[in-house]
Amino acid sequence: MSLHPDYKGKYTHKWEHLPHLTLSGLEPLIVTPETNFVNIGERTNVAGSKMFLRLINENKFDEALSVAREQVENGAQIIDINMDDGLIEGKEAMVKFLKLIAAEPDISRVPIMIDSSKWEIIEVGLQNVQGKSIVNSISLKEGEQQFIEQATKILNYGAAVIVMAFDEAGQADSYQRRIEICEKSYRILVDKAGFPPQDIIFDPNIFPVATGMEEHRKNALDFFRATRWIRENLPGVHVSGGVSNVSFSFRGNNPVREAMHSAFLYHAINEGMDMGIVNPSMLGVYDDIPKDLLERVEDVLLDRRDDATERLLDFAESVVGSAKEKKKEDEWRYQPLQERITYALVKGNADFIEQDVEEARQNVDKPINVIEQHLMNGMNVVGDLFGSGKMFLPQVVKSARVMKKAVAYLLPYIEEEKALLNPPEGGAFDSYRTADPILYGRLKVFAKQQKSNPTETESVMWILLRNKKLEGFKFRRQHIIGQYIADFVCLKKRLIIEIDGKIHQLPENKETDNVRTEWLEKIGFKVIRFTNEEVLANTDETLDIILQELNQRESIKASPSGRSGGAAGKILLATVKGDVHDIGKNIVGVVLACNNYEVIDLGVMTPLEKIIATAKAEKVDIVGLSGLITPSLDEMVYVAKEMEKEGMNIPLLIGGATTSKVHTAVKIDQHYTSGQAVYVLDASRSVTVVENLLGEKKNAFVKNVKEEYERLRETYSKRQQTKETISLAEARKNKYQIDWEAHPPQKPNFIGTKTFSEYDLKEIAEYIDWTPFFRTWELAGKYPQILEDEIVGNEAKKLFADAQQMLQQIIAEKWLEAKAVIGIWDANTENDDTIVVYENGNKIGQLYQLRQQSKKATGVPNISLADFIAPTESGIKDYIGGFAVTTGIGIEKHLARFEADHDDYQAIMLKALADRLAEAFAELMHQKVRREYWGYAASEKLKKDDLIKEKYVGIRPAPGYPACPNHTLKTDLFQLLDATKQTGIELTESLAMYPTAAVSGMYFTHPESKYFGVGKIEKDQVVAYANANQLDFDVAERWLGSVLCY
Amino acid sequence: MANIKDELKKRILILDGAMGTMIQQYKLSEEDFRGERFRNHSCSLKGNNDILSITKPEIIKEIHRKYLEVGADIIETNSFGSTSVAQEDYQLQDAVYDINYACAKIAKEVAEEFTKKTPEKPRFVAGSIGPTTKLASMSPDVNDPGYRNISFDELRIAFKEQAKGLIEGGSDLLLVETITDTLNAKAALLAINEIQQELNTNLPVMISGTITDASGRTLSGQTTEAFLISVQHSKPLSIGLNCALGAAALRPYLQVLRNKSDFFVSAHPNAGLPNEMGEYDESPEQMAAQIKVFLDEGLVDIVGGCCGTTPEHIKAIAELVASPTPPKEGLC
Repeated sequence: MSLHPDYKGKYTHKWEHLPHLTLSGLEPLIVTPETNFVNIGERTNVAGSKMFLRLINENKFDEALSVAREQVENGAQIIDINMDDGLIEGKEAMVKFLKLIAAEPDISRVPIMIDSSKWEIIEVGLQNVQGKSIVNSISLKEGEQQFIEQATKILNYGAAVIVMAFDEAGQADSYQRRIEICEKSYRILVDKAGFPPQDIIFDPNIFPVATGMEEHRKNALDFFRATRWIRENLPGVHVSGGVSNVSFSFRGNNPVREAMHSAFLYHAINEGMDMGIVNPSMLGVYDDIPKDLLERVEDVLLDRRDDATERLLDFAESVVGSAKEKKKEDEWRYQPLQERITYALVKGNADFIEQDVEEARQNVDKPINVIEQHLMNGMNVVGDLFGSGKMFLPQVVKSARVMKKAVAYLLPYIEEEKALLNPPEGGAFDSYRTADPILYGRLKVFAKQQKSNPTETESVMWILLRNKKLEGFKFRRQHIIGQYIADFVCLKKRLIIEIDGKIHQLPENKETDNVRTEWLEKIGFKVIRFTNEEVLANTDETLDIILQELNQRESIKASPSGRSGGAAGKILLATVKGDVHDIGKNIVGVVLACNNYEVIDLGVMTPLEKIIATAKAEKVDIVGLSGLITPSLDEMVYVAKEMEKEGMNIPLLIGGATTSKVHTAVKIDQHYTSGQAVYVLDASRSVTVVENLLGEKKNAFVKNVKEEYERLRETYSKRQQTKETISLAEARKNKYQIDWEAHPPQKPNFIGTKTFSEYDLKEIAEYIDWTPFFRTWELAGKYPQILEDEIVGNEAKKLFADAQQMLQQIIAEKWLEAKAVIGIWDANTENDDTIVVYENGNKIGQLYQLRQQSKKATGVPNISLADFIAPTESGIKDYIGGFAVTTGIGIEKHLARFEADHDDYQAIMLKALADRLAEAFAELMHQKVRREYWGYAASEKLKKDDLIKEKYVGIRPAPGYPACPNHTLKTDLFQLLDATKQTGIELTESLAMYPTAAVSGMYFTHPESKYFGVGKIEKDQVVAYANANQLDFDVAERWLGSVLCY
Repeated sequence: MANIKDELKKRILILDGAMGTMIQQYKLSEEDFRGERFRNHSCSLKGNNDILSITKPEIIKEIHRKYLEVGADIIETNSFGSTSVAQEDYQLQDAVYDINYACAKIAKEVAEEFTKKTPEKPRFVAGSIGPTTKLASMSPDVNDPGYRNISFDELRIAFKEQAKGLIEGGSDLLLVETITDTLNAKAALLAINEIQQELNTNLPVMISGTITDASGRTLSGQTTEAFLISVQHSKPLSIGLNCALGAAALRPYLQVLRNKSDFFVSAHPNAGLPNEMGEYDESPEQMAAQIKVFLDEGLVDIVGGCCGTTPEHIKAIAELVASPTPPKEGLC
């Protein structure tokens, strides 16, 4: 260890009796004597970072925020923010950046250092931080009075302060001047301004060494000595400094600079420096500095030899580039291009993807190659890791986000390329994206100017052409094509109309009109010209000419914009008609897209005609259907039948919560013999299935599936045959008997309906059962144990943290509205199965319940929910409750926001959270009903776990679930509750609820009421059901399709 | 006038309970709110409780009396929403000084009645300063995180006006409470500092933050300790927590304040969490049982109630405090 001449051993703190320096962002930072060193991030400083300056100059505050975030992630405990630059409105930039930081909890958790040489910037800075920050800096430069004034203000704003060793005579550059100015400053601050000593941080000026100037030789040494003196003589204060300064003369030689910083800090900390502005990624470990380099660096820092500077300079030349870069987090940025792209995709890091993709684009012949090569190579790694269980769904969805960003960036180039390569068939100009992407920004401004200053003739023409007035042909005006601007263009017919003059271009562009026309014609456009007089005097004739041209020209066929080129296959996905649930389908879409399949997603409620038509028009390779509610099962059968009728032979994938391998085998497969129907369990299986279906192994795979489905059908039909059922009459006789006298129904505290709107989401959130949330993301395990799970624990934790963060936002920013309606009515069961609902003695509705019809062992009843309500003939007054809750009101605009940003991860997250909130809301409401509104369990005190385990008295079965599989009950229930009006929940034609984050059901309160499955029913019950609900038998049969046993 | 610091060294002081909850019981009409002075005011004033200090002072005094009768040592002025920022909703920005002045004046009158009766138990008036209706460090627009609908300086000016009215109306101390956004509080504290210098007064200041979620953070995201650090430069008389969560949930955060600061610690929680009707249904006994834990652990020096609490609640708490507890030690 090399020490300087008057080294006195490591500084030990001697002011134990004084309070510690406390700072705060969203979280506290306490600087204690044990705190070895507080590092302050230096990169959000326009004076110190060219990149940051450029970002601020270009108003790229989002990226500027990423710089701040990175620093915090890299371990900065405070971030220094400086906006002092001649070209920047410093006050505005400071305020804007601080406000944006305030909205980023992962940045604003650390304290802020407000850095400026201008007092007015410091003051507005102080007005925009809620925590206790540090002002950097004030000094005696402008005299004592101003010094006191500024210090007093800082004190009143509640901040700590950095005091520079600077006075009216200038900056302290010697040991003596440093300690004199610091002592004087200290006395003024503490004695006159009443500043707490622990909130004073001295910056005794770190100046460059090894500059070749004699007077700079002691710069580091004097700093070390001054630091020691300050810490030993000025009670309670701290010492800080801008470390990068010291190595100023070695700019461009990072290995030497890093070594200098590390060595400098090592000594400065020994002398008592306990804070410093550093670039954490430019800091090495003192012990790791090569000994020969360290010796020369320390010779300079400690001024140990006359030739120290020369020796270091000589040595530095040999060091350039030889030392390995030690940037921990940024290391990947120095990898070859493909590695960077792969890294970004695997890590889901979109920060540099556009930059990297642009670099890739410049290295390939066609932009599409970037997708086919660079991006697909990366996604293959993602696919492999996912396939081998080393990556999990939430990560893959993040990868997809990066992929989508990259593709979105490339799209304009790809279209441009297509247009240039295939002028006659074209294909790209049906899209409005025809502009040269590089010039686009400037052209846009130019076109806009032209648009707002039309000539008289142009105005007349536009009146005639706009809104498809000319026989339905759509025209655009001042439209950018490549690097030119056309007066009017019909993209579909590739016809350009120019009035009295030339095709426009940027003023400095000197290309001739002929060159322009040639280029436009090459890519398939035709240009026709009119003079002002022609248009104004012979308007009709002009229009005739245009029409004639339009009719002569062939339309461009619609072709999908996008990445058809490199895709491994095209897959159509749709949630079937009547169904609105799409989380699972969206996840499948993301996963497939990640594996280089082109996905055409038709969204929810897709009519079968649209599925068939799109599948044909787009020549897709596979159709995938999704649905959650049982009527969707039938809808899938219809699609299969229709595909068969149309003679299609592409594979049909079936997925969704109520679908099953058995259903696919028994109900769908047989109806689609021209192709193969395949059940897909979850998103992670979808890739394997699709790969098999589109690859060389298709035949073997299909054969296996066929055999398996055949077996399933056999087993199923055997089971059907052996399964004994009894008649509905018998089943009714064997109903569940309740001794109504022993436990009479409890009179509710409240009768009627009650509506809740804008219910507190925070309260609802307390009731969330998180286990199903992880299931949505295909992470298996029970919450909270899953967070510590050996395999998925880490990902589960990250996912949970992301979920918590979004949940906080949902609550704080009121993204969703929770609405509910509950009802409690008089009710009795009639004719065994019909619960009749009364209001003031008048029948207002009925809830018909299905009954188990399988043959039971002696003493085991055939249950129906109706058994839990006292029959009319018992003479006992009973009641039933109903509810409909949603937490999905207002979700659309946030989903749209995420989708616009290609952010499936957040979109799926939001849907998943909304679903959890809806279930939680149902749980919460049920508890309120038990404890208050009905009040039959007023003293219930169950914990969350007990609620999840359904330990309470009574049940809340939902239509469409095993105890009452008939979805039509929802209609009756909604009518009783007036649910659509009260809550905004709509029922689709298949009786799915929209918003999807909704739950509805009935309340049964009898202690013996319980959940069960109705199982399969016979025809006689379908007849009874049809009669009770006044439905045609066929319709009834269709609604009950999933529970028929015949 | 007795010094509140001296009293605090001797005993735990009782803060009063909710004002709004009490006013509701009077079922006042629009006319009641308007009174003589605002009879022809341009917009509806019903629900603007603070204005009652001018238009129905006898009611506000009656409520103050009820709290003093059951043992409150400190009563809060009826001025929680009396800043120009919050009064903008009622187009009463111009009346802000008068409202605050009246709030302090009537509270002081009642407090003095009681102090006179029992000089050994002096009663204090705390000028209540709420958070206003806008936040300085959070955007009201999800899509524009950099947007703010109020600036620090606008807040500072509004708080200064309020504080002036409260001080000149006769408050004994000021209470910056229900702090959801620390930056708002910092503006209030700066304003108080400025006005005290201008008026040459030195009223003690109580600071009370609001923890809005179970993780122990304020609405603007600070942990309890970060909040404490951010406001301690104002050297308050006390620092504490009020509103939001009920008493039971406050305990860990009061421990933070007790352990990490040298100031007196206050707590005035709600009567539990509001139910879906917006009502607070924790009974006086339930609440007192939870406060007892604070007392047993020596967590608080000032204790009272916020939303939903009534004189019955304060009575229950006051009785707890009056019952023999171990003497206080080691403070200040």
